[in-house]
Amino acid sequence: MPAVSKGDGMRGLAVFISDIRNCKSKEAEIKRINKELANIRSKFKGDKALDGYSKKKYVCKLLFIFLLGHDIDFGHMEAVNLLSSNKYTEKQIGYLFISVLVNSNSDLISLINNAIKNDLSSRNPTFMNLALHCIANVGSREMAEAFAAEVPRILVAGDTMDSVKQSAALCLLRLNRTSPDLVPMGEWTTRVVHLLNDQHLGVVTAATSLITTLAQKSPEDFKTSVSLAVARLSRIVSSASTDLQDYTYYFVAAPWLSVKLLRLLQCYPPPEDGAIRGRLTECLETILNKAQEPPKSKKVQHSNAKNAVLFEAISLIIHHDSEPTLLVRACNQLGQFLQHRETNLRYLALESMCTLASSEFSHEAVKTHIETVINALKSERDVSVRQRAVDLLYAMCDRSNAKQIVAEMLSYLETADYSIREEIVLKVAILAEKYAVDYTWYVDTILNLIRFAGDYVSDEVWYRVIQIVINRDEVQGYAAKTVFEALQAPACHENLVKVGGYILGEFGNLIAGDSRSSPLIQFDLLHSKFHLCTVPTRALLLSAYIKFINLFPEVKGTIQVVLRSDSQLRNADVELQQRAVEYLRLSCIASTDILATVLEEMPPFPERESSILAKLKRKKGPGNLHPDLDENRKERSVNGGTADHSSTTSNAKVFASPTTSTDLLGLGSTIATQNSAPPASKGASLLVDVFSGNTAAFPVATPVAVGPVADENFSSFLPNTPQVAYANATLPTAEEPEDKFVCKNNGVLYENQLLQIGLKSEFRQNLGRMYVFFGNKTSTQFMNFAASVVCQDALQAQLNVHAKPADPTVDGGAQLQQILNIECVSDFVDAPVLNIQFRYGGTLQNIAVKLPITLNKFFQPTEMTSLDFFQRWKQLGAPQQEVQNIFKARHSMDTEVTKAKIMGFGAALLDGVDPNPFNFVGAGVIHTKTTQVGCLLRLEPNTQAQMYRLTLRTSRDTVSQRLCDLLSEQF
Amino acid sequence: MIKAILIFNNHGKPRLSKFYEHYSEDTEQQIIRETFHLVSKRDENVCNFLEGGMLIGGSENKLIYRHYATLYFVFCVDSSESELGILGLIQVFVETLDKCFENVCELDLIFHVDKVHNILAEMVMGGMVLETNMNEIITQVDAQNKMEKSEAGIAGAPARAVSAVKNMNLPEMPRNINIGDISIKVPNLPSFK
Repeated sequence: MPAVSKGDGMRGLAVFISDIRNCKSKEAEIKRINKELANIRSKFKGDKALDGYSKKKYVCKLLFIFLLGHDIDFGHMEAVNLLSSNKYTEKQIGYLFISVLVNSNSDLISLINNAIKNDLSSRNPTFMNLALHCIANVGSREMAEAFAAEVPRILVAGDTMDSVKQSAALCLLRLNRTSPDLVPMGEWTTRVVHLLNDQHLGVVTAATSLITTLAQKSPEDFKTSVSLAVARLSRIVSSASTDLQDYTYYFVAAPWLSVKLLRLLQCYPPPEDGAIRGRLTECLETILNKAQEPPKSKKVQHSNAKNAVLFEAISLIIHHDSEPTLLVRACNQLGQFLQHRETNLRYLALESMCTLASSEFSHEAVKTHIETVINALKSERDVSVRQRAVDLLYAMCDRSNAKQIVAEMLSYLETADYSIREEIVLKVAILAEKYAVDYTWYVDTILNLIRFAGDYVSDEVWYRVIQIVINRDEVQGYAAKTVFEALQAPACHENLVKVGGYILGEFGNLIAGDSRSSPLIQFDLLHSKFHLCTVPTRALLLSAYIKFINLFPEVKGTIQVVLRSDSQLRNADVELQQRAVEYLRLSCIASTDILATVLEEMPPFPERESSILAKLKRKKGPGNLHPDLDENRKERSVNGGTADHSSTTSNAKVFASPTTSTDLLGLGSTIATQNSAPPASKGASLLVDVFSGNTAAFPVATPVAVGPVADENFSSFLPNTPQVAYANATLPTAEEPEDKFVCKNNGVLYENQLLQIGLKSEFRQNLGRMYVFFGNKTSTQFMNFAASVVCQDALQAQLNVHAKPADPTVDGGAQLQQILNIECVSDFVDAPVLNIQFRYGGTLQNIAVKLPITLNKFFQPTEMTSLDFFQRWKQLGAPQQEVQNIFKARHSMDTEVTKAKIMGFGAALLDGVDPNPFNFVGAGVIHTKTTQVGCLLRLEPNTQAQMYRLTLRTSRDTVSQRLCDLLSEQF
Repeated sequence: MIKAILIFNNHGKPRLSKFYEHYSEDTEQQIIRETFHLVSKRDENVCNFLEGGMLIGGSENKLIYRHYATLYFVFCVDSSESELGILGLIQVFVETLDKCFENVCELDLIFHVDKVHNILAEMVMGGMVLETNMNEIITQVDAQNKMEKSEAGIAGAPARAVSAVKNMNLPEMPRNINIGDISIKVPNLPSFK
């Protein structure tokens, strides 16, 4: 007998639904619905009290109307009333309405909560289940507040029925997700873990889901679940297919529970206990063995269930990444699936292999499947599968197979689905750059990209090729020759014209010797494309022309004719017109020398993170950007206890590496330019100089020189994901790091389980340079690594800190160096903050540390005689210029230490100035960009009282105060 | 976690939508349309997984779907779910519906949307899998029906009789009834005997 008999529905509802279905047009449907809504509204508002049956009928109608996509703005109250009915059917429909229609911020929540409370305490399991379902489905904060304490109690109470336990476990899981702060951990946690031993497999399944989520948040509390999960898994895996009765699904024993248990185990590293570990390995081997056995049923359900367990087991093996034999077996198994006739299995095998490719044990094994994967790319009918194949090729790419993979991806690009072309273009561009041994290959690859999929080549890609060509002398001639040839095609993509224009403008001279590519031919070729191009490209071409005038004086006349033509000088576009006017003028009046200076070859670009990589990150979201780490599994957590690299090794590394720091202050001038503008705009400022500072007339100059730099994307270094989990954001509190660094420039700034930050810095006058060393203390790579410096509020105007981009990844045990250039504009108090963000395992880590950049760093010591000193001391006699502080000594009052500290502070220590030999006197000048502030200081120790008196006199009151504050903390 | 469960027919008409994360009503409708658009243009015999649409979180989420005769069953899940596991769950859901409605067809879903919701609630709760054992699910549904019957009692009987008669006369029923062969070809599970 069917569980639902078809006849006993509500007639009114059936009629209404039939009416709707008979409507010939959308308008008729809306009309019928409005009529019904009016009817229901009047019934609800009417004087006659409705019986439960009618209420139920009308609520069902509303649900149907809602499903069709119409707003329902009434009926909520009636639904809430149904909750308090004693009849199951009415209660049920009330709960259904609420879980479908009521959103979490409804003002009815308190009424609903009331009904739920009654049902939870009713001891009727059906009612309790309805209530728990409602909490889980709505999951609002108010509900969490009301029931976060109650639900755990129900879950672990001895007399709770199995079905209620199941619901309670999942309800608690939902509350923990929506309002983790409200769900108290407590004695119930241990009892929840023991639910893994429950008789009822449904309870175990629900409990495993709950524990997995909780264990991701606090692994330590649920560590005991590992042994229980392994034991349970082992019993399932080794059971005969009939042992578990109803939980056997198409001859597979409890597949969903097995999957859940394997997921739970992925929250932890391999078990340390040898016995448990052995048992787990045995389970995994059994699962792998079963895959080789002949299927017990031909049904797809059987193989699906079996393989669901198998794939999860493989995920666990990859997660543990510790048993080479299992890894190789996993890889072989996936290899078999790559050729399986089931599309689903091929898809999943490609996906799993992507993560496997990052394991050092199996990377080589994965590479052996390259032909199969390439074949998949060519022959799969399903675009989702092809996309996985692209991902896997990207992941398995290394120096040895880069050329083959890039070639295959390029040829696939010609036929690829439009939706994934841009992503493939980015991936090809990244691989080509990353594994380019010879840059001619790189240039060819990018030009092919433009040729095959020009529309999908974003600006970042062609910017990058230009950056690379400009930075590498050896490829410039080849690049010029290649673009020249490529431009000869009758129809070429506009991006090619851009690259061609830029490169010929810079390096056209390298191929001008050949009569086939003489200056005039080059120019004619470029100009033949001019009229087909959009305005930005034309602007770029105009700049290329003026560069030609410098490179090849012989074509000057021809180009001037072009510039002078009406279509340029009177162009409707103001940018083009301006460029034409200005370039023409420049070419007429500037001498060859000036032209040569102004139009000099572009200086090399500073090395920076590939903007393409940044783009791919943006496109793919925070996950998935780099092949080297499994980031797809968001639910997987950081597992504690992986910080096994001893901190001594990373300590040593922090201080060992900065070999370049010996002469960094010879770079004073570069620092200045880098602070004010990107170095590539040098040409621009020169241009401005030529025309005696008439900057307003020459805004054009900037685009000429800046070109590819324009995209320099510092914003990508700023934390741009607001929903970061502040997992390990432990701000150092014990000692303000800036205090520690006031009198010294090097040391460890910050350290936690994952990361150590070391500093080495040097300052001269108002400039400074700081080397920041990020040491990865774990064995796992940090992904999406980004560190940025933020100067808040007033500090923005007082201090410039420019962080040079650094690599986005830090390998396990390795160290990353980042350089900060610092410029002090005026005196300041606050310290800039270094924000560090990276992905470790699946979790985003955020760390913010104050950088120890203090005003005294910009001290220059000044030696002076006793006479000078007192003369200046008296000159600085105004009351606001002096700041004095009397304070108790916090360290031992050792004369030598004190001397060292004053010198470390930056002032010159003046011997024999003060009549009292026990006093210390210092002098120096604080350099800021705007002013220089002379500073005198005097420290009078009183050893008997263990006190100091510190007096500072400077020409600025704020400086006196700040220096006094800083120095007082040191003694 | 399961983010949403959608059932719609070959023309994109929603037959059931259940969201386990909150979206505005408009967005829910848009998600249904977007999902239909993504799923319906796929050939038969391609794989059952694809990346989610932009509205429901893009590549962070996967759509796992099955197409039975006139209906698409689509589960939108995040990366914490096993793809094949969810595919199996869809099968369990459909088999259960088939047991409960005797050869389930699209019309059953239309006229008994509350029942379908109740069956689903026995399987998935707050986005997590609650129960996968079909016998257990059917036992629960049966128990509910018994309660319903006993509550309806004599008062409900005339209404039921009338509706039974009227249903037979519904004009468009025959037109659609032959799509009732939802062709799931539910096997008789050996373990059920």
